[in-house]
Amino acid sequence: MQAFEYAEPKTLKEALGLLSSRWGETEILAGGTDLLSLMKNYVATPRRVVNLKSIAELRGVAETSEGLRIGALTTVQELLEDRRLARFPALTAAAQGITSPQIRNMGTIGGDLCQRPRCWYFRNGFGLLARDAQGRALVPEGDNRYHAILGNDGPAYFVSASSFGPPLIALGARVRIAGPNGTREMPLSEFFVIPKNEGEREIALHPNEILTDVFLPAAASELRNATYEVRQREFLDWPLATASVALELREGTVRRASIVLGHVAPIPWQAGAAAALLDGKALTEDLADQAGEQAVAAAKPLSKNRYKVQLARVAVKRALLAAAQGGA
Amino acid sequence: MAETPKPPAQATIEWPPAGRRRLIGQRISRLDGPAKASGRAKYSYDVNRPGMLHAKLVFSTQARARITAIDTSAAEKMPGVRAIHLILQPGAEVRWVGQEILALAADTEEQARDAARAVKISYEPLPHLVADVPPEQAGTERVQQLREQTEGDPDAGLQQADVIFEGEYGCAVITHCCLEAHGQVAEWNEDNLTVWASTQNVSGLAPQFAQGLQAAGIPVQASQVRVLTPVMGGGFGSKFAADTWGVACAALARKAGRPVKLMLERDHELLAAGSRPSMYARVRVGAKRDGTLTVWHSESWGTGGPSAAGTPNLPYVIGAGRNPVLPKRSRHTAVFTDIGPARAWRAPNHPQMCLITMCALDDLAAKLQMDPLDFFLKNLQYTERPEVYREELLKAADLIGWREKWRPREEALRAKGPVKRGLGLSLHTWGGRGHNSTCQVTIHPDGSVEVAIGSQDLGTGTRTVIGIVAAETLGLPLEAVTVKIGSNEYPPSGASGGSTTVGGVSSSTRDAATNALNQLLAKVAPALGVPAEQLEAREGRIQVKDDPSRNLSWKQACARLGTTPITASGQTQASLISSGVGGVQMAEVAVDVETGIVRVEKMVAVQDCGLIIDLKTAESQCYGAMIMGICYALYEEKIMDQLTGHCLNPDMEFYKLAGIGDIGELVVHMMTGPRYEERGVIGLGEPPVISPGAAISNAVANAIGVRVPYLPLTPDRVLAALEAKGGAV
Repeated sequence: MQAFEYAEPKTLKEALGLLSSRWGETEILAGGTDLLSLMKNYVATPRRVVNLKSIAELRGVAETSEGLRIGALTTVQELLEDRRLARFPALTAAAQGITSPQIRNMGTIGGDLCQRPRCWYFRNGFGLLARDAQGRALVPEGDNRYHAILGNDGPAYFVSASSFGPPLIALGARVRIAGPNGTREMPLSEFFVIPKNEGEREIALHPNEILTDVFLPAAASELRNATYEVRQREFLDWPLATASVALELREGTVRRASIVLGHVAPIPWQAGAAAALLDGKALTEDLADQAGEQAVAAAKPLSKNRYKVQLARVAVKRALLAAAQGGA
Repeated sequence: MAETPKPPAQATIEWPPAGRRRLIGQRISRLDGPAKASGRAKYSYDVNRPGMLHAKLVFSTQARARITAIDTSAAEKMPGVRAIHLILQPGAEVRWVGQEILALAADTEEQARDAARAVKISYEPLPHLVADVPPEQAGTERVQQLREQTEGDPDAGLQQADVIFEGEYGCAVITHCCLEAHGQVAEWNEDNLTVWASTQNVSGLAPQFAQGLQAAGIPVQASQVRVLTPVMGGGFGSKFAADTWGVACAALARKAGRPVKLMLERDHELLAAGSRPSMYARVRVGAKRDGTLTVWHSESWGTGGPSAAGTPNLPYVIGAGRNPVLPKRSRHTAVFTDIGPARAWRAPNHPQMCLITMCALDDLAAKLQMDPLDFFLKNLQYTERPEVYREELLKAADLIGWREKWRPREEALRAKGPVKRGLGLSLHTWGGRGHNSTCQVTIHPDGSVEVAIGSQDLGTGTRTVIGIVAAETLGLPLEAVTVKIGSNEYPPSGASGGSTTVGGVSSSTRDAATNALNQLLAKVAPALGVPAEQLEAREGRIQVKDDPSRNLSWKQACARLGTTPITASGQTQASLISSGVGGVQMAEVAVDVETGIVRVEKMVAVQDCGLIIDLKTAESQCYGAMIMGICYALYEEKIMDQLTGHCLNPDMEFYKLAGIGDIGELVVHMMTGPRYEERGVIGLGEPPVISPGAAISNAVANAIGVRVPYLPLTPDRVLAALEAKGGAV
């Protein structure tokens, strides 16, 4: 990897002062499970790496009046072990889907939300939007078996790699971001963006900002939630499609449903129409299947990923049925 | 591949008879297991020499191009860079992404990586083909029809068939994925070179290094090259050569005057260190209504990269027998592509031939509405070993519960829920005759024993097998024998390929140990008052055969050597080894027909390999082979991108292998006892890796009612096959 300056600030303020306002010049290190491989492959070549791990205020899970505040440095393993998160199986199932103890112990919730896509053209040096030297878009004509089926009008065809994005969005999470001029908050659903130009990123974070906290609203007693991941292997493997659902079940009928698909679009994909379909109805297998169908109705598969439409549809159905069967 | 060993000079040497074996055939843990499990074993990767530099390769980023310029000026000025060695010169043509162009050495690995990135190579691009396409899409200049084979009257065979099945089958290009990458550490001491190489060919590497270095202008003789491989982390057929990186490493060490380590990075390992050719076939196969085969027709093709990868013999196992002959016509065409070279991959060509044959026959059985177990039993007369296969089929069926569990395809698909279960089977064969091996056994006056062979242990248990044979022969416990392998300073032994090692080293060890023991017996016979022929070595004693109470302890006996140790050599013995094994594997799978995801729930391997020296390491070979088989059946594919010419998955992320949770229950049964053991020792490395792809594919077809034609059996392919059939649910 290219030689770099290493900084280990003790406070958030100090860390913010070390970040450049231009992408690529500085990179934030948390668990390192993504950044290290990006740097070893020269996909990321920062001149300074800012390690957040000594900043105590970014750690820990705390109860607040509105729910839970999860520090960005909270590891996947800590999420799994925290009994206060047992009410959110959508989240813990996604954590269990990361079937590597090493990554669970090192990877953080903030890092999961900020990690770069796994698109193999991107990782092999063709840029996030995957173009060759002549500017030709490689994904539509190339091997796109793992690429987007939704939100893929171009020029972005990669899929968001985040495991926690879909469940946290389904559960109504917000994030706090610290920058040079103070902090800002936004729904997590607005944190993920589809880049239009090479050089842009797939998250709303600015290069000189740090994601500090995730806020998870308190669970209503009627909350049911679940995540279903279609993964080829039990062994550490990127899901081919996932669905996270959250809904309230009142007297047998569904209220306030939310369905978010993962690994099918450049962002966690909110299936609003599919969720609306459920409102006021009893959650039967038929209805779950209809919601799955609706969730992928707008899918536009590429040349080699039509199968993912079916996988996303099944993931929605199975996540809904898992939620209905007590996932809470 | 197996040369005929020299006939024995004296009486035919034999293995001890069944009732007289103490160690041979027992389950014995490998000698180097604790050292490997604890990290004390030092692989080539672990060797660090004083002042050692780290080397990295610069390789082609073009699938096919002419190099117009190589500019190393920036790299030369980078911190820590000590030497640069050109492998290709400007003007040369590169034929794959990953082809080695130059190597450079620097003080640290990171400096070498950064400097390698600073080398500027200019190319004039040429048209490339990296897609795995059939011959008609490849262009005439890229295809070569290898051979048409005809036996019997295949046209008449078609006429005689009541039922004919036509299908297409195949499997992708995969790689070896050795846990330890290719590479070595090279160190010069004046004009003598020492190489710590990860190799399957300790005794054969020195001449290759000498030749390569001479071509690079460095005069060195094979006699000046010492090769050391005390342990190594897998080869599977990809590590017989010194390779460009080996010669480059030694050349850099020479130029820099310092030891150099050059181990391939994982991406380069997948790009350039060898792959297994693909193979596809359109098959027509016919049978009588009762299941008796009448004919085989196949048109096959595949790519092994820039050169042809050998002609397959189709059909495989069934139809290989001579009495009766199955009428057949088969033709194979090689397609040349710019994906990098093929190397021998554990049982070259056999897994592909097995897949094509066993899947086509399984589909024919389904069309005949026959249980494939009955169908294969019905056609064993077309194999070279009907009785062995019959016994193995019935044993495997028993172990997997075939008769209780098997359902016809359509019935399996009607099972409730999205997860369908199915069973599949496959047959395979391999030669495995021992290679030429020489061994030296030394008995010291203090009673210690050394066995030295210029062989190598790829992780298979070779070291342990040598120790067992020596200890058995000398009547000693295994711990009393020191096994020395992994150096070309020991007596030469063949490369470890083609399942030839165990036959070579076990018979040369038996021979050498017998010769050494005979010298010892002659020495102590006067003390025991009988001729040497009446003595034997048992349980740590030299004793009179008919009166064991008259004996000397091993130590007492050896003390009579005075100050001179006994040394004796031995060679591969034809009387102790044989060739040709059969094996049967069965798989039980669960397929989620809504997601296309396949899980192997259970696999059974029934295998013969003659006389087994160490049952535990033999079984381990089968377990490992089944795991390797599950990997290539379900996950592995070297994915090439025709647009860029690049491999898209030169990593362990999207080049997928199974983890523990993906493997299921594995059952191994080795055929032992009379009719097997008297054949002598036969190799086992290749056979058990041949059948898994076919057995698993057949099990999936049984589960979901339709053939998924190509390996790996990925969700997209499973769903596409179901959709083509009209859906499962």
